[in-house]
Amino acid sequence: MRTPFDQVVIDHGGTVLRVCRAVLGAGPDAEDAWSETFLAALRAWPELPEDANVQAWLVRIASRKAIDVTRARVRRPIPTDDVPEPPRSGGHPPGDPAARELDLWPAVARLPERQRLAVAYHYLGGLTHAETAQLIGGTAAAVRRASADGIATLRRTFSDSPRAVDDSDRRRADAPGRR
Amino acid sequence: MHPDGDDLFPVPDATLAALSHRLAGAAAREGLLDVAYRELDSPVGTLLVAGTERGLLRIAFRRNGFDDVLAELADRVSPRLLLAPARLDDAARQLGEYFAGTRHTFDLPLDRRLSSGFRGAVHLALDGIDYGRTTTYAQLAALLGNPKAVRAVGTACATNPLPVVVPCHRVVRSDGSLGGYAGGGDAKAVLLALERTA
Repeated sequence: MRTPFDQVVIDHGGTVLRVCRAVLGAGPDAEDAWSETFLAALRAWPELPEDANVQAWLVRIASRKAIDVTRARVRRPIPTDDVPEPPRSGGHPPGDPAARELDLWPAVARLPERQRLAVAYHYLGGLTHAETAQLIGGTAAAVRRASADGIATLRRTFSDSPRAVDDSDRRRADAPGRR
Repeated sequence: MHPDGDDLFPVPDATLAALSHRLAGAAAREGLLDVAYRELDSPVGTLLVAGTERGLLRIAFRRNGFDDVLAELADRVSPRLLLAPARLDDAARQLGEYFAGTRHTFDLPLDRRLSSGFRGAVHLALDGIDYGRTTTYAQLAALLGNPKAVRAVGTACATNPLPVVVPCHRVVRSDGSLGGYAGGGDAKAVLLALERTA
């Protein structure tokens, strides 16, 4: 690739963070995996063919870095507490994206592992069912069911609150970087 | 991504900004930050400032199209290019002092790899024009031993990769009019007025 790597961070930083959070939980491990993913991608970027699917390439790197982070975590003392319940009276109105963010990732973390990984790599990462199956094992059909079941559970969990404000365009406009 | 992914799974801009900042630092430590850039407010509009490990590489005006300039740097120098203000702190400080009128010469390492051939010779000659002074395209052509190359000197000035720091704004027409400028005629007038009064 001969295009600025900066634009890769702007275009795909959010997607890679969602994948890392779904795999590792919304915390320092996900942020470490994000950083390691983009550092490895930066190193390899000049040699990536021009016709490569950049997002799928990044998501595959992220899956490897998530495994590295998980292995490193096993070697460290494991926190004994479960994910704490998010504060309910933090000043965010229900349905507010910030409140949604506090509630959502613990809910993702409570999904069965295969559903969680299928949501991470297929639903959030955009890999096909077959590509996801290559990463997490099983068949494409099983990935399809696991992802659909996981998303259905999350939608039920959040069906009481209004959908998050549809601010995806604004968020892209405000993304870090020059845009 | 799934069309609903953004909606159901928000991630905050502040987190992404902090992660991008952290990435730039890690990339610099690992020797992977080939081109760093930042934006800088100035009396002649927002400037894009870019540098390599060798030194200051490129200054561009908004009207040059920042996306186009970054794409060109990625293609000609390296696509390992990131928003990374820290490497450009010294350049930003000296430019700020220049625009405040308190700095008359720049003391910065320059990466002049974007200047070559006759244009590169013109860009080097520009360094000899002192603060507050002007010369003409014809005088500069004569100085370079090629008095007929007035038009080529003009083209070289227009393609100066380091305007302001390499002072192509100090070259005007023989009839006293300002001539062209990559940052626009108004910007050239602002810089010359700044240097007359400071």
